[in-house]
Amino acid sequence: MVRLWNSYRYLFMRRFTQIILLVLYFGANAWGWTLIQGNLSSSLILGVIPMSDPYAALQMLFAGATLATDLLIGVGVATAFYFLIGGRAFCSWVCPINMVTDFAAFVRELIGMNRLTGIKQPASRNLRYWVLALSLVISAIMGVTAFEFISPISMVHRGIVFGMGFGWAAVVIIFLFDLFVLKNGWCGHICPLGGFYSLLSKFSLIRVTHLEENCTLCMKCKVVCPENQVLHMIGKKSLPVLSGECTNCARCIEVCDDDALEFSIRSMAQNKKTGE
Amino acid sequence: MKKQALSDRRKFILNMARGVGLATMGGFIWSAYVDEVTASSLMLRPPGALVESDFLKTCIKCGLCVEACPYDTLMLAKPGDNKPLGTPYFVPRDMPCYMCPDIPCVPVCPTGALDESSVTTNGVLDINVADMGLAVVDEESCIAFWGIQCDACYRACPILGEAITIEYQKNERTGKHAFMKPIVHSDACTGCGMCERACVTEKPAIFILPRENAMGKAGDYYIKGWDKEDERRLENAKEIKTTTKISEKSAIDSLNGSLEDLY
Repeated sequence: MVRLWNSYRYLFMRRFTQIILLVLYFGANAWGWTLIQGNLSSSLILGVIPMSDPYAALQMLFAGATLATDLLIGVGVATAFYFLIGGRAFCSWVCPINMVTDFAAFVRELIGMNRLTGIKQPASRNLRYWVLALSLVISAIMGVTAFEFISPISMVHRGIVFGMGFGWAAVVIIFLFDLFVLKNGWCGHICPLGGFYSLLSKFSLIRVTHLEENCTLCMKCKVVCPENQVLHMIGKKSLPVLSGECTNCARCIEVCDDDALEFSIRSMAQNKKTGE
Repeated sequence: MKKQALSDRRKFILNMARGVGLATMGGFIWSAYVDEVTASSLMLRPPGALVESDFLKTCIKCGLCVEACPYDTLMLAKPGDNKPLGTPYFVPRDMPCYMCPDIPCVPVCPTGALDESSVTTNGVLDINVADMGLAVVDEESCIAFWGIQCDACYRACPILGEAITIEYQKNERTGKHAFMKPIVHSDACTGCGMCERACVTEKPAIFILPRENAMGKAGDYYIKGWDKEDERRLENAKEIKTTTKISEKSAIDSLNGSLEDLY
């Protein structure tokens, strides 16, 4: 039991956060709970604190909308929050699509797709930044928030809170895409929201840190990591994971049997690096 | 054929070309899709909504208005509804807007897509100035226009006697009855849809359309000359000059010009 907890503790906590948030949002619409209202695009916490998707606000800005004060406060709160805990913590701790893509990755490994396709991926992970740029261009030209009208994230989340319609199709598409077409395809290659938070994460405080002296080079962390390019230092150097593409999902920490990975605060991590 | 290793420069150019191709394809498909899904113009929005084009770019689709509505009136468009995805709307026949005096759906809007100032008179929220749409009567299917007595819509109207009035007219067919025709007044109607909900016909004979769709526009060339207020619109009127082959000469020359042919 302890072993189970040790090797899945963060996974349990992430699933708990993801599901409890869905329940709270759902309850807000269905039964009038006021703990957290709205959805992932914009929420109201305890009826007072606004929290808004900064990427959606950016699209609105490009589309030529006037940004209201409430929205700007909400964007500020969300940005500050994810700045502190690591931008892509949204991806692994909040986003409902994460459960779909994690499941796809799990099944993919199970049925041996990864052995079939080999290590080389047919697409660049920088694709998401291009999609991000493209979404802003289209927002500007069409005068609407381009990604918000196709986003499977908000489609699914809104679907769970307000009624699904054909939103389940988005789940199926992403699942099959990740399963058969591209490993970590949606979250790790395409999603512009992930790309946006990657850029934001560059400066955030909570980081996974590698302790090279403990590492036995088993590479379990690299296998389990959905963004394994960020773990380039494994077995080579004691370094914090500084890439914004790390989702702080902490799967690497819990699969590591040798305490070679841990969470740390950014500045401390850097101090360790310089030996202070 | 021997396979040649690509030079870095060629690889770069190839990658750029691929990028351009992908971005163009993706961009056009994406734009076309977005254009298509935002094209639906027959949406009834919550009170205080900005004009549709501004609304589409300002609404963040959070659903706070939906949650604030105490009547399950508002819904967010789902995939498959063929409406701009995630934006709030209502279907009056199913559930009209009950015109709450405190308009709970509007102040919660974080982005101002529901504009508080548009439903405020003298610093106080005022649902009666809301403009969600306009009731339109189909005189063919409205049974009051047949001469059957019905004033369901008139009775249901929350601005009774202003937004809908009853016009009496002699029924010449029977000679001794009256038509009691419901007349909608566009200056008072908020488009709440209570009338559409109340209408007794199988498919409502009075229904709400977005004002854009329900109303025509006379333009600045037709002025109510007897109305001082309306005459001001003349200031906007501009001359339109069309040039054709005939207008090369002055009007009189042009008319007289062909007279030679008569002799």
